[in-house]
Amino acid sequence: MSPPEILVEMREVCTSLGGHWVHQNINLQVERGNLLALVGGSGAGKTTLLREMIGLQATTLGEVRLFGEGLNDGHRAARAARRRRVGFLFQQGALYSALTLFDNIAFPLREVGGLLEDEIRTLVLSKLELVELKPQHASLMPAQLSGGMIKRAALARALALEPELLLLDEPTAGLDPDRSAGFVELIRGLHASLGLTVVFVTHDLDTLSALANRVAVLAERRILAVGDLNGIRSVEHPFIQNFFRYRAAVNELPEE
Amino acid sequence: MPEQPPAERPMQTFQSPQIQFDGRQCVLTGDWILAALKPRLIRLRAWLLLHGKSTETWNLTQVRHIDTFGALILWRAWGQKPPDILLLGPQHESAFQRVRSVAGQVFPPERIDWLLPIVSIGNAALGLGSHLLDFARMLGMIVVEAARLFIEPRSIPLKEFSAALYKTGAQAMPISALVGFLIGIVLSYLSALQLRNFGADALIINILGVGIIRELGPVLVSILVAGRSGSAITAQLGVMRVTEEIDALAAMGVSVHQRLVWPKVLAMAIAMPLLVLWTSVAALAGGMLAAQMQLEIDWRFFMLSLPHVVPVQNLYIGAAKGVIFGVAIALIASHFGLRIRPNTESLSRNTTSSVVAAITAVILLDAVFAMLTRGIGVPLR
Repeated sequence: MSPPEILVEMREVCTSLGGHWVHQNINLQVERGNLLALVGGSGAGKTTLLREMIGLQATTLGEVRLFGEGLNDGHRAARAARRRRVGFLFQQGALYSALTLFDNIAFPLREVGGLLEDEIRTLVLSKLELVELKPQHASLMPAQLSGGMIKRAALARALALEPELLLLDEPTAGLDPDRSAGFVELIRGLHASLGLTVVFVTHDLDTLSALANRVAVLAERRILAVGDLNGIRSVEHPFIQNFFRYRAAVNELPEE
Repeated sequence: MPEQPPAERPMQTFQSPQIQFDGRQCVLTGDWILAALKPRLIRLRAWLLLHGKSTETWNLTQVRHIDTFGALILWRAWGQKPPDILLLGPQHESAFQRVRSVAGQVFPPERIDWLLPIVSIGNAALGLGSHLLDFARMLGMIVVEAARLFIEPRSIPLKEFSAALYKTGAQAMPISALVGFLIGIVLSYLSALQLRNFGADALIINILGVGIIRELGPVLVSILVAGRSGSAITAQLGVMRVTEEIDALAAMGVSVHQRLVWPKVLAMAIAMPLLVLWTSVAALAGGMLAAQMQLEIDWRFFMLSLPHVVPVQNLYIGAAKGVIFGVAIALIASHFGLRIRPNTESLSRNTTSSVVAAITAVILLDAVFAMLTRGIGVPLR
């Protein structure tokens, strides 16, 4: 068996924001097929780490490699092509408020250029179906959508170019348990059918246990532990023990 | 934990999509994904248009990867149906499945509303009505809040007032002085050229004095302040609406009008006449400089004769205009700010409207002023 492909590699990453260190010497690898959860306390820099993976935020020290290449390697076109292999779901959706849902999802497709309007229409329809939205929703403006629909629409846009790597920032935050379970199911299904690699930030233990096949715990400015959920839970560290104890009391985490 | 191993995808580079055609059978190889297809799209489309429907056998078993777009252009080339003989690996079926499942779907057609012209006139009228209603309501609230402050002086928002005074007044001083000074120079220079033709050099003092103090100063400052502070007020209220800060104030039982609108209106009423005075001084200084250089009118003579040729009523009119214009700008900016709905589109639209409406209102009010004060302060000989 060949060694697993590394899609994202962070080497000795240090980040300083506003004069204090958020990350120190972070090493993390995301392998193809991972459903990697980033967990950690509020303000531990999970979202920052996610943004650094595709260069939305610069690291202070250290190196990030995406698909085996440095973030700034190659010319403008090569960098843009590399970005297009990644989909990013922002926490608030970040749908363009001046465009309809259809135009939001069609936007990345139009940016590629060369596609016929008819093809774009079919591709948008297929993305809408993928995230279980209906064609008649396509003419709505983002301000008219509910929170759950915004997440779905934003996911459809992130998937428009069928990326290999999907980064999700708090995919289930702000959704009720029912919708959140549905959204998790959706992402699991996409992972299986599209062969996506997913990295997501979450606070929600239900999301974590239902979605992740690998967990990285971020606390005290470093990665405390990486492994599968059961392995992580048995790590003897006060933060990890607390994290799972408090959550388990509320959620009654099923013993696996 | 995943039930099935995810499909392999290319790492570094794509294999370019190829078609091998022997007259009867098409054998496709390589990656049929958007990024790989893009550079060859035009030639590929042309080829598929020629051979797509006439070829019966399609062998896709040697394709490495195919995405929805790759499946879609083949599907369209086949005429929206599978060809007679299609050899397809099981790992590629899902892409065609996705295309097929949306094949019959269409977006609901956009309805054309023939009544739209009439409806939009009606909507414009209703919109104007709702603006007027909102504006009147806000005015009423400000009066009520002002009355309440008399009963409850403890809740006078002094800090907000002082901040507004500083932002709209003190911080506008450098830019208004600069603009006033330059306009003064230009005005004086251009008038001087004309006046010299008639030998009426000394009249430059009358023209500049009355023109700047009574008319140009207040209007110039108002336009500057409408663009500078008016847009800032609207945007601030709008952002507070987007971030729910306005609701937070209301939830704590604090009146938005008392805490946010009232101090700004009062600050503008006080800052504007002072700014008008300041800018008029700067413009007169500019005019004086240009008169000295162009017409050789001594600046001491300019200073001494200014009070004689410009009746003092003009100064009062200028200051009164400052107060009225300032209040108008603050009210209009607050009105548009409070109407912003919590989305970015509404924010940008209302900020633009706020500045346009404020400048228009200032010029309208100026015309009214000119009519009402036509007998005051103009020396008639």
